[in-house]
Amino acid sequence: MKIIACIKQVPDSEAKVKAEGGQISWGESPLVINPFDEYAVEGALQLKEANSGTVTALCIGPESAKEALKHALAVGADEAILVSDAVLNALDTQGAARVLAAAINKIGGADIVTFGRQTLDDGSGLTAAQTARVLGWPMLGLVGHITVEGGSVKVHRVIEEGRQIVSAKLPVVMSIVQSIGEPRYPSFMGIRKASKANIPVWSSSDLGISAPIAFVTRTELITPPGREVVCEIIQGDSLEQIAETLADKILAEKVL
Amino acid sequence: MKTFVYIDHFKGEVQPASWEALGVAKSFGSANAVIFGSGLDTLVKTAFEFGADEVLLADNPALMDYRVEAFASTLSALASSRTPDLILFPTTARTRELTAMSAMDLNTGVLVDLTSLSLNGNKLVATRPIYEGKLNETIVCSGKPVIATLRARAFPRPAQDKSKSGTATKVEAKTDSPVTVEGYEVAEAAVSVADAGVIVSGGRGVSNNPSLTPPAGMDEKQAEVWRAQQGFKLIGELATVLGGAVGASRAAVDGGYIPYAHQVGQTGKVVAPDLYIACGISGAIQHIVGIRSAKLVIAINKDAEAPIFKVARYGVVGDLFAIVPALTAAFKMKLGK
Repeated sequence: MKIIACIKQVPDSEAKVKAEGGQISWGESPLVINPFDEYAVEGALQLKEANSGTVTALCIGPESAKEALKHALAVGADEAILVSDAVLNALDTQGAARVLAAAINKIGGADIVTFGRQTLDDGSGLTAAQTARVLGWPMLGLVGHITVEGGSVKVHRVIEEGRQIVSAKLPVVMSIVQSIGEPRYPSFMGIRKASKANIPVWSSSDLGISAPIAFVTRTELITPPGREVVCEIIQGDSLEQIAETLADKILAEKVL
Repeated sequence: MKTFVYIDHFKGEVQPASWEALGVAKSFGSANAVIFGSGLDTLVKTAFEFGADEVLLADNPALMDYRVEAFASTLSALASSRTPDLILFPTTARTRELTAMSAMDLNTGVLVDLTSLSLNGNKLVATRPIYEGKLNETIVCSGKPVIATLRARAFPRPAQDKSKSGTATKVEAKTDSPVTVEGYEVAEAAVSVADAGVIVSGGRGVSNNPSLTPPAGMDEKQAEVWRAQQGFKLIGELATVLGGAVGASRAAVDGGYIPYAHQVGQTGKVVAPDLYIACGISGAIQHIVGIRSAKLVIAINKDAEAPIFKVARYGVVGDLFAIVPALTAAFKMKLGK
């Protein structure tokens, strides 16, 4: 079974992200694999273990994004491919989907392509479904449990209302969520293997595509006003008194 | 401006933010509600009550279950034939997929999870939070129709006029889908923290009630989960008195105390309640980013140094197992319940 895990590199959650001269800056904070995509990699590795096969990690990004791919290799992916090209710098989700679909085709297709639910930076959560639409493959979103049988896959989709159980014929695209299980940590051997790995870099001409037009463009970046909250600690002689004071304070805020 | 508003629902249970989208559409001009499914007469009537000028209904048993491919094809065909300028959606997991696919079909872009949308001349300008709410961006879409999803509770809900009614205009359903729905495991109660006005949340601390003795024969982990579930009962009682929903931190969900649907924060849901009460939640950055839009945050934690107090307006340092029931009792009295 051939599995491709699509990942992205983003600033760490702890990063102090700011708007500086119309650009986004995160200072010295490290760039990491998008935390949601760790589930895409974990799901891919579980599929490989259950059905035997290979996992390819695929990423669009600058040269530095190789570090995110190395994380995927260190936890058990077999190979990694970076799509990197200055003309692809201003992709919207639709453009990213077209580039990923072209890369998936160049790899030679797959049985299952996995994504995370969304990215930490843009957070749109559209790219998986758009990639599925370009490829013409079924989209299985928010997957928390996967079983493959013959040429078909059955998944549990973790939806607001509970779980929806659906099946489809391979190949499919899926987005994988937390219920799949805790992402594994890199092993010492894995890190060594990843540090030596040769990660091919594909340009748009390698993929035989021109830069897709972005329909969605940013006109302004705004740093939201910081919330100055001073916490008032409620104290009292008894539990009842504390509870009553707190209830009164909440009622006075007129939020109920 | 001709606007379509997609009414998102699960087997007829509407996502109330759909009505907020309808209100935004009305402020721009005409609003046509779009409803897909089967046997949805009540929902059609409600759409008229919230101000829809017309209801476009694809009524087909094959659309009873949400399957994104069929829904996207139905929507794309409808938009191609009736050429709206704008299609609005409430932001939900379903509509992210649906807009994603339809935008590919219609060769346009999606403005996702907006907190504001305004008409500047005849150009739509949108704002949305990015980087977990650390920044806001203003964005525009050059394609047509403009497709946009609106964050729940970011726009006012229009008034409902129960005297209104109307007849839906039937539109064609596209029923082809490569996906077969095998069944559901429906949660005991549908959880919708994303559009709750009040949320009472529990964290890891909910399992730490030392005064409880678990039933005999439980191992350590079972006892921990059992303790936490007793704790979440207290949280549930407070939520009920306040007419709110129960939320949870990732630690509580990972601990197996409560299902994932309750999770608030980076890998759970971003919420925007008027009141958020965090009980036994330390306040990791991944949780804080999920409650940035809450109007009033209350923290109850036994650790006075817990970061949650840095984002709370009021706090109580102490034992949640004593404070939460006392607060429930105080609200019962004051709210006359």
